[in-house]
Amino acid sequence: MLQDKDRIFTNLYGQQSWRLEAARKRGDWDNTKAILDKGQDWIIDEMKKSGLRGRGGAGFPTGMKWSFMPKQSDGRPSYLVVNADEGEPGTCKDRDMMRHDPHKLIEGCLVAGFAMRAVAAYIYIRGEFFREAENLQGAIDEAYAAGLIGKNACGSGFDFDVYIHRGAGAYICGEETALIESLEGKKGQPRLKPPFPANMGVWGCPTTVNNVESIAVAPTILRRGGEWFAGIGRPNNTGTKVFCISGHVNKPCNVEEEMGIPLKELIEKHAGGVRGGWDNLLAVIPGGSSVPLLPKSICDDVLMDFDSLRAQRSGLGTAAVIVMDKSTDVVRAIARLSKFYKHESCGQCTPCREGTGWMWRVMERLVQGKAEKREIDMLLEVTTQVEGHTICALGDAAAWPIQGLIRHFRGEIERRIDAYHTGAPVLPAAAE
Amino acid sequence: MPTLTIDGIQVTVEPGTTVLQACELAGKEIPRFCYHERLTIAGNCRMCLVEQEKAPKPIASCAMPAADNMVIKTDTPLVKKAREGVMEFLLINHPLDCPICDQGGECDLQDQSMGYGKGSSRYDENKRAVTDKYMGPLIETVMTRCIQCTRCIRFAQEVAGVPELGAIGRGEDMQITTYLEQAMTSELSGNVIDLCPVGALTSKPYAFTARAWELRKTESIDAMDAVGANIRVDVRGREVMRVLPRLNEDVNEEWLSDKSRFAYDGLRNRRLDRPYVRKNGKLQEASWAEAFAAIAAHVKGLQGSQIAAIAGDMACTESMTALKDLMGKLGSTNLDCRQDGAQIDPSNRAGYLFNSGIAGIDEADAILIVGSNPRREAALINARLRKRYLTGKVKIALIGADQPQLTYKYEYLGAGAATLKDIAEGKHAFAEVLKGAQKPMLILGQGAIARADGAAVLALAKQAADSLGLVKDGWNGFNMLHTAAARVGALDLGFVPGQGGKDVAGILAGAQSGEIKAVWLLGADEIDTSKLGSAFVIYQGSHGDAGAKRADVILPGAAYVEKDATWVNTEGRVQLGRRAAAPPGDAREDWSIIRAVSEPLGHKLPYDNLGMLRRRMLELAPHFSGVDKRSSAAWGGAFGTAGAVTDAPFASTVADFFLTNPIARASATMAECSALARGAAQPKTGTHD
Repeated sequence: MLQDKDRIFTNLYGQQSWRLEAARKRGDWDNTKAILDKGQDWIIDEMKKSGLRGRGGAGFPTGMKWSFMPKQSDGRPSYLVVNADEGEPGTCKDRDMMRHDPHKLIEGCLVAGFAMRAVAAYIYIRGEFFREAENLQGAIDEAYAAGLIGKNACGSGFDFDVYIHRGAGAYICGEETALIESLEGKKGQPRLKPPFPANMGVWGCPTTVNNVESIAVAPTILRRGGEWFAGIGRPNNTGTKVFCISGHVNKPCNVEEEMGIPLKELIEKHAGGVRGGWDNLLAVIPGGSSVPLLPKSICDDVLMDFDSLRAQRSGLGTAAVIVMDKSTDVVRAIARLSKFYKHESCGQCTPCREGTGWMWRVMERLVQGKAEKREIDMLLEVTTQVEGHTICALGDAAAWPIQGLIRHFRGEIERRIDAYHTGAPVLPAAAE
Repeated sequence: MPTLTIDGIQVTVEPGTTVLQACELAGKEIPRFCYHERLTIAGNCRMCLVEQEKAPKPIASCAMPAADNMVIKTDTPLVKKAREGVMEFLLINHPLDCPICDQGGECDLQDQSMGYGKGSSRYDENKRAVTDKYMGPLIETVMTRCIQCTRCIRFAQEVAGVPELGAIGRGEDMQITTYLEQAMTSELSGNVIDLCPVGALTSKPYAFTARAWELRKTESIDAMDAVGANIRVDVRGREVMRVLPRLNEDVNEEWLSDKSRFAYDGLRNRRLDRPYVRKNGKLQEASWAEAFAAIAAHVKGLQGSQIAAIAGDMACTESMTALKDLMGKLGSTNLDCRQDGAQIDPSNRAGYLFNSGIAGIDEADAILIVGSNPRREAALINARLRKRYLTGKVKIALIGADQPQLTYKYEYLGAGAATLKDIAEGKHAFAEVLKGAQKPMLILGQGAIARADGAAVLALAKQAADSLGLVKDGWNGFNMLHTAAARVGALDLGFVPGQGGKDVAGILAGAQSGEIKAVWLLGADEIDTSKLGSAFVIYQGSHGDAGAKRADVILPGAAYVEKDATWVNTEGRVQLGRRAAAPPGDAREDWSIIRAVSEPLGHKLPYDNLGMLRRRMLELAPHFSGVDKRSSAAWGGAFGTAGAVTDAPFASTVADFFLTNPIARASATMAECSALARGAAQPKTGTHD
């Protein structure tokens, strides 16, 4: 249980103003020059000590990522790109951070950009986040006016610009290389790796792409020390994390909590518990729509961090907890996700382009039970033909929910098929 | 250099090699659809997946750089399963209409499905159907067959330099289309047909006319321009069904221009298939004997100076050798091959060759184009210029009447000879660029020298070459770009005015004044035939074009794919064309016609077969023995005549890319392309309504 004194996002709920003056009162922009004065190596070292793992889903150590950037320029400038294209269904943490606490992100851009010797930060914000972009731009303007960024940022002698780029509504543009393509004005399609962005990113220059949360927590970590952050949570899964709890709970919310908090405690303490009580729980998708769901039996005692969830063959992802009670038509719910991935596949590479459509169509039939039982195994095999064979992780993201469903709810699918063949089909219930 | 292990075989490769290329070096074939050597790497078909030791998942070998100590496995169950999975995905939405698909029999998808496909399908859902797109008169589309490999998009963007092809839509709704469904504005658009690994883009003129396996394939040489592209002519019965490029890294790589590829329907139209003799002002069908008799009646007894011969742009060296010999025996020195009146000095071979070679463009670091529009005159050389331009290691400048849309950026220096003069005298800024370059290049088009002051312009170009150091050890950057396939061969053979002989302008003037009484046109259609006066005109050629219209006797000859013939391209490369089809009707190979006429004229030529004729050719031009080789010429001596130049701008000699020769002018396809290029309305397609 996180103590209030260890909370980073102190205005997550917008109870105070988002503007610079209020942000300063909350401690943002407090002697940022002192952080910069300690030098790039100190910052990266401190980030490594904190054990911060990327908050965008993949969980790659942030300090290490920053250290991949060239220490000596070969003539090309370096860039920081902030991934604010928050599109993962169930996830809404970056949105609130930008709406209510934009200065945390901007200050984070400055220290992160300084640490990786970048000349500018591009914040690629999801197009639908209109008000958030307004607030963020307002905050950037304030920061420029106050001399916090721009020429001689915070009086440190370091020049740093921050720009906003608004997306146009494609989920795939949240993939870091597709985001870079989109930022360059091209069709948002993921790039092949290698070369990695740290070598060849935006306009062929060294680039680091970080999630909003990863950047926004950086100033506080540097102020309070990596040791402090590392002392919260569990080994290798340190620090605080903003969880987005949605679905069949009494009080859906965003909440900053300690990594490794038990799922049950998270839901009961912050979201008012599952609708109809814990025993009414059917399943939880613990990390945004792309990770496999967990049935109640696992939810009872699973811990919410990268390694614990991985051990349960799911993942922390973006920490978007989607709760489904027993009124849920779980097959239909997953079929809806399949439709989403089919719709958002960029179409570039074969397994994803063809596979997502195939999987969705079979899923739609499974909802009605209009299938043969052998098709369940066929579907499972199709998911493995997509998984790991694509350029980016969207193929995996489309495959995993179905794998989770078959792993934990095979009986439900078979029951429907039986019912369909005996002439008493199960009527699909609302997935919501 | 990285050394890696592929299926237990150690290979050492150049840095920058991909795993796929390394696998090929190790003798392992990797299936692929999107990967193509000459295009950027897309890595999207996922067919080339291989297993890399210690990697968590299979890697796309086409995109992965080979690194030291990599251990690659290409034949494990994991690899096989991955490829079978990709193949299944490719096939679920593919219509499998191979029996009615033009690509059938030469389809990558068909071939590879034999290796990685299943016998049956597990896909029970509805298949995807995609609206076909209009892509102009050359490219037939069946977009349902498309597997989204994006080769065509990358070709259009990178090689052709026209970013008009692209993908719209997302996921399984992704579709390939041209911008606003218009024809590609490229001279190289037909190459996307070869690149397409399936039957989505096929040849429109060839559609449903033949199956790949019933065609007789003959390797030959293109004669539509002076590039000398290597082609393969596919024939069924006696009809040419299609023309495809052949690989030749030094000449056309593996591309072919649309004119060379699609003008073949002109081989069926307007053909001269029997001799004609003009009687009472009208051309009438005749036998060979009657035609020969008419020629003998008019030519016998004339003095040599009263007879002249002009060779056309598609004449082969064999026929020109025979005609030159015949003219010699008749005592005539009035022969010329420069229909456009280009003031080329035939005595200095280095003065009329593309000396650096077409492949030399790949090394040039400064290029000055003078009086030429390479995109229209030699589309493949233009593609090579673009390829070099894309490396960013070359500066290109142009002197010409207008500023054509080439497929690369260039600096426009001026319109005419004055600018060239400034450069030759080192007064122009670009002179410094050329001087400072390691491998500078001057490309002199016919537009600069096919004019009254052409010899003076040529002298200026020579002066520039000398003063700016275009010619140095191991590098000759003086390049003349020809537009006629016959030109260099004719100049090499000396099909030019002899002692006291007249050139084309002189011949026409002589014919008008009555001084010249008989003119032999060897496929010469690009002259002003109204100026032939009352001369007796013998037209020998394949098509009823301008020359035949004016002729008094017509001798039906063979077109370029219908004879065994030698061609010399603009860089001096001697190449052998082979007879792919028989000429129609009574038409014969051209040299044999001249040989036959020589007897009634009383000057029997001393060769009875092609071998004997070619031995004679070697006497005239010994370097013809080096077939497929570029016989270079030593730089030295003078060419061109220093003198006054006019202000007239250098205009390209090719106004319409699609209609430069009698075959192209007889082609319905080329007519359509030409109309389209001139801005004619495009047909509406389904998606417009």
